[in-house]
Amino acid sequence: MELLDIFITLGFWGALVRMATPLIFGTLGELICERAGVLNLGIEGIMTMGAMVAWMWVYQGGDLWTAVLVAAACGALFGLLHAVFSVYLGLSQHVTGIGITLLAASLSYFVFRMLLPDVTTPPKIEPFKPFAIPGLSEIPYIGEVLFTQSPLTYLAFILVPIVGYGLYRTPLGLAVRMVGENPMAVEAQGIDVHRLRTCAVMLGSAFMAVGGAFLTISVFDAFYIGMINGRGWICIALVIFASWRPGKALAGALLFAAFEALQIRVQQASSAVIPYQFFLMMPYILSILAMIVMSRRAAYPKALLVPFRKGER
Amino acid sequence: MRLEPRAHVPFWLNITAPLGAVVLAFAFCALLILWAGAPIIPAYTALVKGAFGSTFALTETLTRAAPLIFTGLAAAVAFRAKLWNIGGEGQLYAGALAATYFGTGLVTLPPYLMIPLLFLVGAVAGGLLLLVPVILKLKLRVDEVVTTLLLNFVVLLFANYLLFGPWKDPLAMGWPQAAPIIDEGVLSPLVPRMRLHQGFIWAIAFAVFAWAFIRFTKWGFQIRAVGYNPEAAAFAGMPIGATVLRTALLSGGLAGMAGVCELAGLKGYLTLDISPGFGYTGIAVAMLAGLHPLGVIASAIFIAAIYNGADAMSRAMSISNYLADVLTATALLLVLASVLFVRFRPRLR
Amino acid sequence: MPEVKDTAPQGAGAQPVLRLSGITKRFGGLTANDAISLDLKSGEILALLGENGAGKTTLMSILFGHYVADEGHIEAFGKRLSAGSPKAAIAAGIGMVHQHFTLGENLTVLDNIVLGTEPLLAPRRNTAKARRRIAELAEHFGLSVDPKRLVRDLSVGERQRVEILKALYRGARVLILDEPTAVLAPQEVETLFTTLKTMVAEGLSIIFISHKLNEVMAVADRVAVLRLGKLVGDFPIAETSKEALAEAMVGHAIEMPERKPQPLGPVVLQLAGVTLRNEQGKALLDELHLLLCGREILGIAGVSGNGQGALAALISGLALPDEGAFEILGQPVKETSPLAMQEHGVGRIPEDRHATGVIGDLSVEENLILEAAGSPRFCNLGFLKGGVIRRNAREKIERFDIRGADPTTTTRALSGGNMQKVILARVLSEQPKVILANQPTRGLDVGAAAKVQELLFEARAEGAGILLISEDLEELLQVSDRIAVLYQGRLSTPVAVEEADLKTLGLLMSGHGEFQRQKGAHGHAA
Repeated sequence: MELLDIFITLGFWGALVRMATPLIFGTLGELICERAGVLNLGIEGIMTMGAMVAWMWVYQGGDLWTAVLVAAACGALFGLLHAVFSVYLGLSQHVTGIGITLLAASLSYFVFRMLLPDVTTPPKIEPFKPFAIPGLSEIPYIGEVLFTQSPLTYLAFILVPIVGYGLYRTPLGLAVRMVGENPMAVEAQGIDVHRLRTCAVMLGSAFMAVGGAFLTISVFDAFYIGMINGRGWICIALVIFASWRPGKALAGALLFAAFEALQIRVQQASSAVIPYQFFLMMPYILSILAMIVMSRRAAYPKALLVPFRKGER
Repeated sequence: MRLEPRAHVPFWLNITAPLGAVVLAFAFCALLILWAGAPIIPAYTALVKGAFGSTFALTETLTRAAPLIFTGLAAAVAFRAKLWNIGGEGQLYAGALAATYFGTGLVTLPPYLMIPLLFLVGAVAGGLLLLVPVILKLKLRVDEVVTTLLLNFVVLLFANYLLFGPWKDPLAMGWPQAAPIIDEGVLSPLVPRMRLHQGFIWAIAFAVFAWAFIRFTKWGFQIRAVGYNPEAAAFAGMPIGATVLRTALLSGGLAGMAGVCELAGLKGYLTLDISPGFGYTGIAVAMLAGLHPLGVIASAIFIAAIYNGADAMSRAMSISNYLADVLTATALLLVLASVLFVRFRPRLR
Repeated sequence: MPEVKDTAPQGAGAQPVLRLSGITKRFGGLTANDAISLDLKSGEILALLGENGAGKTTLMSILFGHYVADEGHIEAFGKRLSAGSPKAAIAAGIGMVHQHFTLGENLTVLDNIVLGTEPLLAPRRNTAKARRRIAELAEHFGLSVDPKRLVRDLSVGERQRVEILKALYRGARVLILDEPTAVLAPQEVETLFTTLKTMVAEGLSIIFISHKLNEVMAVADRVAVLRLGKLVGDFPIAETSKEALAEAMVGHAIEMPERKPQPLGPVVLQLAGVTLRNEQGKALLDELHLLLCGREILGIAGVSGNGQGALAALISGLALPDEGAFEILGQPVKETSPLAMQEHGVGRIPEDRHATGVIGDLSVEENLILEAAGSPRFCNLGFLKGGVIRRNAREKIERFDIRGADPTTTTRALSGGNMQKVILARVLSEQPKVILANQPTRGLDVGAAAKVQELLFEARAEGAGILLISEDLEELLQVSDRIAVLYQGRLSTPVAVEEADLKTLGLLMSGHGEFQRQKGAHGHAA
């Protein structure tokens, strides 16, 4: 297959949009946390938790949309846990985040194993069906690709402008951006720094969990051990790549998904020449390269990683 | 409540604080055991018996502790310098890959040279692997947390490629595994008919070495100074870059030796499941030890006991052995919080 | 006048706008505020005067709700103010301009001003209305600043204007300014005072925190003096004098060490035509000439941000000149490294004790060998000599009177003054020939400051040349042998302290006067 042929197949573009979805959720979620001054390395575990909880909810007979809400609530709960340690107690955000990831992932696996003790191949559920937007989906060519997608994919794309609007056009968003720059300024206005950061981390973590849920109740129909497979870490690299801006985060997620979709197809075409493992490495290596490229321009929120203790100046 | 810095940290607090955290972690997991429908006390009894109940259980626990001592030391040394090396897993595999390359027939030396050689090449491979993100951090200020994490996946995929491709042992009946380490390189057993091997002694030796290095040498002093306050250390004339690079070589090297230890001591040949996340668990080991190299020995044995005990418990009572991971993660978080009370004195008002 | 609510009853003899009653605040064993009662009348500027550590900032932090008082209460416009809530303080019409600005650098002026004034959960920000109101306020009080600019691009004076606008935007009727002149050049101070007088003419009331007598005399209507947490005086400005205030402020006169003239030693440090640029190419030091001899203290005065940082970086071994000659004891300095400076015989006392001076988490004995850890005295074949290090610490603690410390004490637990003594012990025991003392007494109480000055005099007597960078003119006049002023990277011709007067120095600090331009103007009479 020629490289050009890949770009004109509809399957490629459909796959791109699909693969971008969890990255968009995860990146937006991490972006909200970091804008408020909190690095959330819990993302990998929180995505795992979201994936497991949503799947389990549907498997136990729950409704798909309720499953999304339950996943989001679980994500927010782990966000709260992260905030108690890193915001209220002011402990190392690095170590707390790793701890949250280990805890959320192992709890997910534990619960999964306890509820489904005897199966070797996990049972399947009925996932979200692609939803054709009336009218738009009938546009020739692009209609089928862009407007016949999982409802969660639409949600991800709609969330980008919403998060952008929220951060830049609402008083709350202004407060969140300020608390990541200079928490003293926020406290001096009588706004509770800890509460504000906690809310941001909870919201961001809810997004991450929905990103995980997308994998089990939309793309696939089952939950596997280790299925997040580093997507959370890639999202953290994407936030840096996006300079903490929602629009650029979308662009970054799409770019990454494009590479991933491309590599699958090139891999099929050239597996004889280049071993497939090297293609699988691409997202991780690209993430590192993206961070290197952006490193000189990275304008970190000034108060990122800096705990705030009341009355200490 | 306010926190004020302590002028002196009493020794008992350094011990009791993590112990208290561990007790709380057990209490939390008791809830999970209840939820799973098992009785708590018999479950924990099964856990303790599974970890220490017999010569076999005890030697198994120590066998599992050996690689955890290495990865725990790797994390402890790096975290001391505020170098967030979360890439222990990748460095472990890098060490195992290097040892496989040299140990499967390329070089043949008598055991007293062969074994040190394997540890050396493993350490060099692990150290060099960590050097990449650390140089990126120093030169371009690229965050090392994300890069070390991402490199774990790259190294594992590379090992995957080798084991399914050029290094696949044709005698392994299709399994993805490399040729066995030659006999001269195998770490001999310590107890007859048990799996506990020499690697445990090596691990203890390196823990003592790391402790002495951090405590008594100029370079160790610099690692601590740079970790606490790089700006002040630089002002005082300490070489920040060189210190961080030294730390990276030491930390990556220790993680690499964990791979050698498992490869040459336990499995005998390289597989893709040589480490069930020892690199990540090492972080919990280090935190539990308060980043103290000698404490790492105790906390590694403790965590190994939890894992082995949980395996036994899950066989006896049908509780998933993922409980061990939950217990470790909970202990990590609670110990982190307890450190706050070690360094500061809580005061009402 | 824009929509500033006028709720306060006007006129003399009316009820005070603010009444503090019996405020007490303790931190551990230290009583920062001891039963302080104070009134602020409508339309007056009240100066709160006191030494560092007298409790001024603590008192104002309680007023603004950052801290909760242990005892006592506050009334604003006749109503009890709920404790510990900045929100309540703002709602009561109190505005505070902190000494360290609370601005977000990567946000616009508008964002900074508006933050927190709209209901947090409102669906949309009304930026058009905010912009109009800021323009009105700015024009009315003469506080011009472009609301679209990012704060990181503003000068210090402009940032202060943003802070004041922030308070006015919230309808503040009482404005608290914490050491507002510390960061300003003299002409900016004049502008600020004009603004303050406009504001009180409009019926606002102002509390002005300062430790500078001249400013207090120039701008205040009334002055309250704090000493060691107690209110020791409350005078109308017309009925007091600088001398009376100084006495009230310091109380029993602490004996400051006296400078005794000494014969000059040989030249130890020479800068000739030194230019140092930042990454953007702006000259931080501009053809600077400087000669420092043994047995002298050369005071460098100036408003902060005029090149002091660059000069300190140069002598600390953190930078090399882009142009010009830099010699220590006749040897040219060729290497950017703190270590090389130590080898040249330079002792360096950094500006920020906590950030660069000590490592708070290490013990006192370790901080004492921070610079010399690699020397054969403390280190053999890469191994530290524990016994020697312990003895060294015991001896230094004794000799430099470091209180509350034994060798293994965590340094973070020490007070500021004792921390500074650790640094001085480390630096001075190397017998340096050149000493850079960058703001060595900042933030210290009078007793600790006196001890620091005494140690500097001792080093001077032993032959060292000391470059003393300070923003405190009074200290410079008391300690230095010669004084020069740094302004925009250029140095004025140093004058002997006996010939220096405050007026000329003040003018130089705002850029009026002779600065060196051509080579050779080293300014040594010799």
